[in-house]
Amino acid sequence: MTGPHERILLRGARWVSAHADEGVHDLVLAGGRIEGATPDGPVDREVDATGLVGTAAFVDPHVHLRDPGFEAKEDLASGLAAAAAGGYGTVVSMANTDPVIDDPDLVRSLRERAAALPGARLRPAAALTMGLEGTRLSDAAGLVEAGAVLLTDDGIPVANAEVMRRAAEWAAALDVPIQTHSEDPDLRADGVMHEGEVSERLGLPGNPAAAEAVMVYRDAEIARTTGARVHIAHVTTRAALEVIAFFKARGAPVTCEVTPHHLTLDHTALADYDPIVKVAPPLRTPDDVAALREAVASGLVDCIGTDHAPHTRSEKRMDLLTAPFGIANLEVSVPLLYERFVASGDWPLARLLELLQDGPARVLGWDAPRLEVGAPADVVLLDLETPRPVDPATQRSKAAFGPWDGEVLRGWPMRTFVAGREVFARTP
Amino acid sequence: MSAPLAHLRDVGDLDEGRVHALFDTTDVMAQVLERPVKRVPALQGFTVATLFFEDSTRTRLSFERAARAQSADVMTFAKGGTSLSKGESLYDTVATLAALHVDAFVVRHPAAGAPHQVARWTDAKVVNAGDGRHAHPTQALLDAYAYRAAGGRPFDATKVVILGDVAHSRVARSNAALWAMLGAEVVLCGPPTLLPPALAALPGVTLEHDVERALEGAHAVMPLRLQRERMDAARIASMAAYARHYQLDAARLALADPGAFVLHPGPMNRDVEIEGAVADGPRSLVTAQVAAGLPVRMAVLYHLLVGKEAA
Amino acid sequence: MSGKATLLDARELDRALTRIAHEIVERAKGADDLALVGIHTRGVPIAERLADAIARFEPARPKVGHLDITLYRDDLTEIALQPVVKRTDVPFDVAGLRLVVCDDVLYTGRTARAALDALVDLGRPAVIQYAVLVDRGHRELPIRADYVGKNVPTRRDEVVKVRLEETDGVDEVVLDERPADAAGAGGTA
Repeated sequence: MTGPHERILLRGARWVSAHADEGVHDLVLAGGRIEGATPDGPVDREVDATGLVGTAAFVDPHVHLRDPGFEAKEDLASGLAAAAAGGYGTVVSMANTDPVIDDPDLVRSLRERAAALPGARLRPAAALTMGLEGTRLSDAAGLVEAGAVLLTDDGIPVANAEVMRRAAEWAAALDVPIQTHSEDPDLRADGVMHEGEVSERLGLPGNPAAAEAVMVYRDAEIARTTGARVHIAHVTTRAALEVIAFFKARGAPVTCEVTPHHLTLDHTALADYDPIVKVAPPLRTPDDVAALREAVASGLVDCIGTDHAPHTRSEKRMDLLTAPFGIANLEVSVPLLYERFVASGDWPLARLLELLQDGPARVLGWDAPRLEVGAPADVVLLDLETPRPVDPATQRSKAAFGPWDGEVLRGWPMRTFVAGREVFARTP
Repeated sequence: MSAPLAHLRDVGDLDEGRVHALFDTTDVMAQVLERPVKRVPALQGFTVATLFFEDSTRTRLSFERAARAQSADVMTFAKGGTSLSKGESLYDTVATLAALHVDAFVVRHPAAGAPHQVARWTDAKVVNAGDGRHAHPTQALLDAYAYRAAGGRPFDATKVVILGDVAHSRVARSNAALWAMLGAEVVLCGPPTLLPPALAALPGVTLEHDVERALEGAHAVMPLRLQRERMDAARIASMAAYARHYQLDAARLALADPGAFVLHPGPMNRDVEIEGAVADGPRSLVTAQVAAGLPVRMAVLYHLLVGKEAA
Repeated sequence: MSGKATLLDARELDRALTRIAHEIVERAKGADDLALVGIHTRGVPIAERLADAIARFEPARPKVGHLDITLYRDDLTEIALQPVVKRTDVPFDVAGLRLVVCDDVLYTGRTARAALDALVDLGRPAVIQYAVLVDRGHRELPIRADYVGKNVPTRRDEVVKVRLEETDGVDEVVLDERPADAAGAGGTA
């Protein structure tokens, strides 16, 4: 780790954004900011970035860092290090910790602890309702004042529509986005996978697609009528996408994200009965996956949210009914999406960058990350050429296992800088 | 001579030839059970462990007797005892038990897929003794065996109707898969809330809500146990309403082929899914099904354990 | 397919069985209380033929049973392939009978050992004797045959193939080198 005041010269990368390919030049980071293409003083360190592609470090609006309370799964240090290794400069942590982040002091404490750690920047989300219980509203104004950037009960759908409406009214007034885990709890019931012919064959309780679509409709209608910015987390079904398209066409302030796993896996992945692919919402049908890909290509989807949801190996080796929901994917997300969709020719690189930079920033109400002179020096250098296997042994997350282990991918982040400090370097 | 069976996690681990071979072996095992000495040394030196995360003393004892009748050593790990720790992951439990040199695990678990997981984590053979709603392959084998032994028509000339709470039934899923594999026409019949349309994707299976139409010309009828919980879960109005619309009674059975057999996997709710008189009637194979359990499970253990797998 | 050396042709095979039939009756002092039990696969036709032969000179044909010894083999934890279990068909009470177990080849003695265990589990015979068409030596257990069609000194790398009309369409016994595929046609031991 280098100090914040080092002047670092990144030599020879090709610089790209969602909007431009600037070609090859040098870039200097100094005082935590972008200094320009040439150094304005003595260079402390040079990094040979020849052959790499440089861009603004990515933003993930949806991660579970499990801290405080579930540090065996992940903690701030391992989670933020994993984010940096995944090319992310900023992540938004969910509030379903123990204690739940429903108190302004907890938001402050998280921010203070994270600021002292090398890794991605932490921008905490806070709970929409006290204890995520879905009944009493949290102190949205206090939480935002303390630095919460998003209000959400993610992990647990807000069952009561009236509660959601009132929360949205606060959010609209505070101009803070709400993120919703939109699944009807009664329809979802005890489902552990998508309800369909695979769940029927496997004899596993199903979670029907309708559980998502009906709740997305409710939440989008609340966005339209309250004016609150409502961000639909992890959309998984064609039906829900159609609802979102309907509301977007009517100007409702609705945004949505998709996850790397819902874009790359479908419900047949459960056929081996491996809880590693047990996620909520569940992996859907190949048709739904196709719909998600179309919606990404068409621009209906605003951003990628990893929904990085680490659990211990032991928890993921329980039976399918008992094992917790979630996949840890921060470190594989970018190469996975690059290999499957950009290297394959389905999306231009600019579309992927849009989903990882401008899109999440727009959802969160931030300026899009740009490598302009004077901007924060949050930079990632990517190797788009060299195939490397997904190797759990090199991962920073405590949940160093996943459904893509061993897959050979391109597009790996090689170095990540946050505020001008190198927070990740991959051994070549 | 053939390779041993790798596992019996569900009917998909079998093929038609293996099923008939299992039935032939079952004939021999049934013969052994009629002798003064009801024991053979075939599985001497093998260790069979029953791993029951869900209570089912009858099924567990049937497997343990099947192992002992072939001179295998038997270990029991059952819920309620101290051998299965609550909260421990399935993997940790299996890893501990596998260290005791078990050759076959007989697994009963409330979660579908647990036997698949156990099979992934050990070198031992795995027999599924019932996992969630998924499968209960030895039950299906003994049902089909009882039908064959009773003089049922060849399977490829048989129409079997599985009737009732198909949605929650591992017995229904395994029987549907097995009888379809053997060439039978399989009709799943039940109220719409207990007969998921997605089951129509199972090969060789058709769905029918109308019980009278389903039963027409059937050669085997298998009513399924209906549990009271289904009323609370908004699946049926009442047990009485269910019985009125779907109970296998004498009048409905008369719609089936005159030689039709009635099978029930048990335990029965008399006069709910099946009329008491039908259960006790001349076409009922209930007693034969119970009797077939032991020799079928003996045959399964023999087919799993004897013979080393090709490397 | 002809072997390296013919040990018995059809006539010799028939003569051997006829001689054994006479020896059995002579030793038993009659055919009363006598029953023949053939071991699957080729012991079965041998038992049937011996019964037929005895019926030609005795007033009654002895009872014949078929014995499958698979469940009594001592190598089931070792073998690579799974033997098919066949039905045992001994449709009479063995208690008090003089049983003659019939097989094609006596080699290591392990089949005979298994047959003894299997028979004992069916009841308590008065006497159990053992009749084989060929004794090729190389015993691994203290077992000997009471009736032998032909004693043949062999090497372990040789194979004795017994072929019978009922199972193989021809009556002959040949001595062959052990083929690469040991499970060729005909009974090998």
